[in-house]
This record gives sequence, C-alpha cells and structure tokens, in this order.
Amino acid sequence: MRTPPPSFSGYGLGLRKEHYRDFLDTDVPVDFVEVISENFMVDGGQPRDILRRVREKHPVALHGVSLSIGSSDGLDMAYLRRLKSLADDVQPLFVSDHLSWSRIAGFNSHDLLPLPYTEEALALVCRNIETAQDVLGRAMLFENPSSYVAFDGATMNEWDFLAEMSRRTGCGLLLDVNNVYVSANNHGFDAHAFLRGIPADRVRQVHLAGHTQGPGLLIDTHDHPVCDDVWALYATAMAVLGPVATMIERDDDIPPLPELLAELDTARSIGTRSADHREVA
Amino acid sequence: MNLAELQHRFGDWLTDATGEDDKPSIPSQANAGFAVYCNNYRAQLIGCLEASYPQVARWIGADAFREAAIHHIGIHPPRSWTLDQYGVDFPDTVFALYPRNPDLYELAWIEWALAEAFVSADTTPLTTEALANVDWDAVTLTLTPSLRVHEATTTADDLWFALDTEAEVPEGEMLDQPGGFVIWRKGFRSQLKRVDAADYAALLALRSDGRFAAWCDVLVERLGEHHGIARAGTLLAEWIGAGIVVDVEIENQGSS
Repeated sequence: MRTPPPSFSGYGLGLRKEHYRDFLDTDVPVDFVEVISENFMVDGGQPRDILRRVREKHPVALHGVSLSIGSSDGLDMAYLRRLKSLADDVQPLFVSDHLSWSRIAGFNSHDLLPLPYTEEALALVCRNIETAQDVLGRAMLFENPSSYVAFDGATMNEWDFLAEMSRRTGCGLLLDVNNVYVSANNHGFDAHAFLRGIPADRVRQVHLAGHTQGPGLLIDTHDHPVCDDVWALYATAMAVLGPVATMIERDDDIPPLPELLAELDTARSIGTRSADHREVA
Repeated sequence: MNLAELQHRFGDWLTDATGEDDKPSIPSQANAGFAVYCNNYRAQLIGCLEASYPQVARWIGADAFREAAIHHIGIHPPRSWTLDQYGVDFPDTVFALYPRNPDLYELAWIEWALAEAFVSADTTPLTTEALANVDWDAVTLTLTPSLRVHEATTTADDLWFALDTEAEVPEGEMLDQPGGFVIWRKGFRSQLKRVDAADYAALLALRSDGRFAAWCDVLVERLGEHHGIARAGTLLAEWIGAGIVVDVEIENQGSS
C-alpha cells in the first residue's frame, strides 16, 4: 500500500544547525521545515531529539541526497531501510531525493552526478523508484538537479524525462527553480520550456536557492540569496503550477534566521500573487 | 556506451583525476563541467575531514592537515552512504604520516570516538530500584552502546581538553604505564576519561563477558579476593552513575 504525496501549499525553510535554537525556543513563522534526511539517519542522540521536538511544532519534509536513484547497480537497501525507519518515526510531509546518481560498485561520490536522458536510464530510474516507493510505502518526490555536463546520446530533454518518470511510477516532482535556471544557463535550454514541459499536477514542492558564477558555468552553491532572475522564474513557475509548498534552501554562509524569513516573505508575496494569476492550460 | 559503463568511467575518473584538464572518456557536451564535479568531490571530502577532526587540524595546522586529508582521499575513496562515516580510517592515515607522534594518532581516535558516541543509540539510566534484591550471581551487565575504548599510551586526552577549551596546549607525553581512553555518551554529551591499566582491563573484561560473577572472578584473580570484590563494587557504582552500565539482565527474568 503506497501513500500518494499529499497536496500542501505553504512556505518553509531548511532546518540547519545554526537555527536549531530559534526553532526550539521561538515560534518561527513557517508552514513547514525541510531537513536533510541523512543528518538524522543516526541511531540516537541530540540530532534525533531536536528533530522530534521540531516535528512537534511543524510539519517536516525529509529531503535526501544519498538515495542514488540512478545507480545502474541498484539501490542500497541498508540505506533505504534506515530512511524508512526515519520516515516511520517522523511521519513527514514528503520524502524526496534527486534525479541523479552518486554510487557505483561500492564507491560513493557524495555528489549529485548527472544522468544521460535516455530510454535505458529512464527504465532503470523507474525500476529503482518502484523499489524505493515499495520499501517506504509511500510515493516520493524527485528533484531536478543542477548539472554541469550533458551526455551525448540523450534521446529526450530533462523535462520530458521527469514527466515520463512521474507518469510511470506515480512519484511526485520537487521543482528546484534555481536548478532550472542554473542548468538552462549551463546547457543553453529555455527555462520557460522546462517549466511548461513538466506535469504541473505532479509538482508537490518547490525549492529556491542561490548560486555562484563559476568559470563559464553557474554553480549551485546555496550560499547566496535568491537572485532576481530566479525570482522572476519562480513567478512564472507559480503561475503555471498554482499554490504549492515552497521553501528556501541555504547550506553555506548561513545568515541569521530573520534574513531568511525576509526572503521567505518575498517568496510568499510572489507565490500568492502569481498563483492568483494562474495560467490555465 | 551504456549507463553502467558511463558510471564506472565517471566514478573511476573522479577518484583518479589528476587536474582540471583531466576529463573522463565519456562522450559529452560542456566538458568544462567535469572540473566542477572533480572540485566538488575533493572539496566535500576535505571539508568532511576538517569537520570530523577540528582538534587534529588545530594541533598540526591547516596546511599540514590539508596535506594529510589529500593523502587520505587518494587512498580511501568513500564507500558508505553517509559522509559521517568518511573519516573512520583517518586515524590510521595520521599514524602512517606521523609514526613518531602516537599522541596525534590517539587524539584523532578520541575525536572520532566522541563523534560516534554523540549519535549512538539512546539508553535509559539505570535506577537504584532496578538493583534492589538482585541475585548478583545471576546478573549480566549491559554496557551503553555509545561506549568506545582504546589503549592510552599518551596524554592525548590532555591535548584534546586543552584544544577544546582553547587553553594553552601542553606537550603530548608518553604515559609511564599504558591505560585506556574511555568514551561514552551521558545524556546528549559525549564523555572522555583516561583510566589506569587496572580499570581499563576491568572494562575490557566486562565488555567481553557481561556476567557479573565472571567479571568479579577476573578482578579477584588480578587483585585478590578482598580487593577484587571491593573493586568490583566500586567500579560498578561508578559506571552505573556515569551511564556506562545501563542495564542489568537477570537470568530467566530479562532486563530491568
């Protein structure tokens, strides 16, 4: 029996160590928080206690980075069982990870490496998603990654891959607007075509983040505020999607919480305004 | 090229890449992007080791630590799903690079064990009521799952405490007689203690055979009947209070 991803609209933040005290001691005005699953897939101690206490105050989304859904040698079942244990404990809003791969033949790069968008990769990813969802007993969300390399031999674009993946497996999508912007810049595709190419009814969550200009490429660093171009793309996304859970990710150079809450207010304002002018397909 | 071959080549290249101009033999566009993945891979692992071993880094200095980290990354590609496990072999790398500095190896072991204890399984403190009317001949003692022990040959614990409190760091010294480092978690805080050879041996004995009667026999054999039994009582009270002994299981009755 598999629980489908719920529809939930609201505005949240990634829970990071720098803000634990704020979330435990004050009423932070967010509708949900998102945590990195692996940080809490431990046997016990303070991390799990903090998560339990935050969960008492806010819905929590589990966002993973190590599932490696695109690994050609299958999923790490020990990892998956630990993730299930955490999900059973937390009863999260969503369980998500990335359309990417990290692990091959026992080696784990701990990076979100890109997949070739081919029929072979699609079939493999769908098989792995079915396995993961069966173990977890719930539908997952998968996020479009930022990428810096595109492989020869691709037979479809990223948004068609995501759409077909979602159609075949019933998984939801986590749309990272900054990743769309970064990858569109790096590979020269039209970000608006991406937004209109994904199935809007499958998107359950949106990520916003900052990036950095690297040598000839944009790099998804999560160490800056959301830039104006990404805000504009977010407005388009919300006009296409309608109300959907949105959050801001910040993983480096983390500012005091009020700065992130101010940024979240911007998202709330744009999201509300854009969703009111939703495009009808 | 099928997906498996692509991933094998990509993975092999990540671990072996010699520089920014080195590219894997994978047909692709935007080849400059491979350098981003190469840099991410190495920077993330260096950052992980820095986060796992802040006192070792402080003690030997940032440049020397970076060299040690790069050496480690070259011979230990990550294999676990969690980055938290990446530094597990780093004390061995430290020992290989600094064989004449056993205090540095033991400092690294202490840092790793403290981190492991921090996220170990939770336990409930043993109450005095649980010990009332116990038939000690039928008791097996359970140690906290957070317990980590290692032979101590140096004053690495003094180094750790000084570095942790940003106090003046003393010179590391060899101990006159080896003892043991004991690390465990009480509440949410990891604890570090150096014990003498007798207590270290007693803890090892209890860890290998949790039966209280058998453990008393070991202490009696070592210290004589009177002192051995007295020492067992003292240590047991101390370890229960510290949260090192967390349960007593009575034969045919289960745990407390």
